[in-house]
Amino acid sequence: MTVTVLGPQRRPTVGPLPAGTVAATVTAGWREREADDAELDALLGGRTVNLRLHARWLAVLDDDRELATAEVNHRAVLEELQDLYALRVDQQERAIEAIRRSATRPRTKSAALADAEETLRLVDAQHLARAAEARADFDAAWRPGDRVAVRRHRAEVAAVLRDAGVLVLAGGHVGVLLHVLRLFAVTPPADVLAWSAGAMALTDRVVLFTDGRAEAYAAGLGLLGGTVLLPHARRRLPMDDPARLGALARRFAPASCLVLDDGVQGLDKARVIGADGRVG
Amino acid sequence: MSGSTRRLAINRLKDRGPLDAAAVDRFLARHEVPIVEGRRCTFLFRGEADEVWVRHRVLGLPDRLPLRRLHGTDLWSVVLELPESSRVEYQLEVRRGEHYEHLNDPLSPHRSHSPVGSSSVVFGSGYVDPEWAQHDPEARPGELVEVAVPSRALRRDARVTLYLPARFRRTRAYPLLLVHDGPDYLQYAAARTVLDNLVHRDEVAEVVAAFLHPGDRLVEYADSTAHARFVTDELLPWLERRFPLTGQPSGRCLMGASFGAVGALSTAYRSPETYGALLLQSGSFVFTDIGSDHGGGPVFDPVVRFTNRYRARPRAVADRVFVSCGVYEPLIVPNRSMVPVLSDTGMRVRYVESRDGHSWENWRDRLRDGLSWVFPGPRKYVYE
Repeated sequence: MTVTVLGPQRRPTVGPLPAGTVAATVTAGWREREADDAELDALLGGRTVNLRLHARWLAVLDDDRELATAEVNHRAVLEELQDLYALRVDQQERAIEAIRRSATRPRTKSAALADAEETLRLVDAQHLARAAEARADFDAAWRPGDRVAVRRHRAEVAAVLRDAGVLVLAGGHVGVLLHVLRLFAVTPPADVLAWSAGAMALTDRVVLFTDGRAEAYAAGLGLLGGTVLLPHARRRLPMDDPARLGALARRFAPASCLVLDDGVQGLDKARVIGADGRVG
Repeated sequence: MSGSTRRLAINRLKDRGPLDAAAVDRFLARHEVPIVEGRRCTFLFRGEADEVWVRHRVLGLPDRLPLRRLHGTDLWSVVLELPESSRVEYQLEVRRGEHYEHLNDPLSPHRSHSPVGSSSVVFGSGYVDPEWAQHDPEARPGELVEVAVPSRALRRDARVTLYLPARFRRTRAYPLLLVHDGPDYLQYAAARTVLDNLVHRDEVAEVVAAFLHPGDRLVEYADSTAHARFVTDELLPWLERRFPLTGQPSGRCLMGASFGAVGALSTAYRSPETYGALLLQSGSFVFTDIGSDHGGGPVFDPVVRFTNRYRARPRAVADRVFVSCGVYEPLIVPNRSMVPVLSDTGMRVRYVESRDGHSWENWRDRLRDGLSWVFPGPRKYVYE
């Protein structure tokens, strides 16, 4: 399988696919604007089939009210887990900052910082485990894949994917993307082209980041192991603060934190945040 | 010469010596009035009068600022310090003989509106009229639905205007914002437009908002048991039975300004496990440390009793509290004083000040800070 990752597509760099290639597209991350894909279709050469996963999801919720109610409760659990975890991250980051500011003896400071960073990694790991547990419990209790309302859509999605040479994952809401990719059991064909949230969903650990803060969110599809993808980093991360960038890189090591700038074509072109906070 | 050291326009006009009506005409045609130059603001009035004052409610300044007549003209002026990003509402008072007249500034087009009428408004340099409070054709509008909720506590059918966000769906679970002085928030603080825009931009979660229509707000919002019973025991269950709401404290926020903020806090105080968030704007949290001379008049008596009681035995009544206040309003001192009291209970408190007064536009301008904090939207999940 070939996975091609692009930078954000505000100024599109995606080009036409090879002649004869049919692309299955996922724009579910755009949520209610999912169907506004005419420009994307034209850029890709006009041979796309939108899997309409967001619309399918809403249809499932309308058709299967029992599952819809269960999902509402499940989402509330996941949101509360994320909120509580964010509180712990906040406290731990404050502790790290306080240590950085107040400790004076280099060896003491270094040891205290290392311990605090290790605690933060533990907080991340615990959260991912709890969230995975909650998702597993939900799947076991409700078996979404076995429900009539879902099965029909899964079959239709699989049929489109069988005829597609490439799966195109656009950006948007990474939580919605991950959810519908799982719900409809999207199995990529030989090639995958993805950007922004679409690329994040392919990693084995999705990390949210905004206003200079990072939070682990969930396991992704795992097609891009060992990477944390950071699109829009310039707008969301303190790129001029090596200390905090270094802390970010160490926090998610051994995975590489890759900055997906506008115009990046291919992971090998993405810049890497080093443990010292340098980006290169 | 830099802007800060350049002589003020009014002084340059004075320097020109004898002035005729045509010179004043040209001066006024060249300047937007009041004239804001850096941190200085020149208020002007033109006309025959015996005395003219700027009337305002800026804490720390004399209530009436007298204007002086420019020799040989009918132009009056006074210069006031106006710190950056300020927003000040004012009127002019004109005395002609025994007759006193209050009027909006005839030389300025800017008006601010409230339930008690309109006033003129001047913006300090750097003040930005928030674009997120203006109509955005890209933002799909939510729907307003009028309902009447039978209330034994209030002994009337209570009117409530419900805001349902765009793309409202029964298969979701929405957080609920309960807004005191609902019609005023809608009319004077552009609450509907603000919600439409901030939801559209993923800055605020998709929420259902209940805009409450008060009866006598000075009674109902002043620590009234009947009001609290209505909100918590009647309105909340009524809404949660009929609409897809989260039904959890974390998904419920009480919001209000001025007396409405007292109504919000006192309602939560009576039911400390029910609400997850409070959004309190320029709360009328007048208190006394000793004695009973609070200076607010009889309508404040129950407010002061409540605030004193709360300050004496504060307790957590929500998980998070957003507090905002204008530094030019007399309530800035009580609000600043409440922040540590609220924080010390263990609640998460975010406090924001602005260079503004006790006004609906001040409260509008802080809605983005407040709403995006109490009910943050999915921005952190979105990577286009």
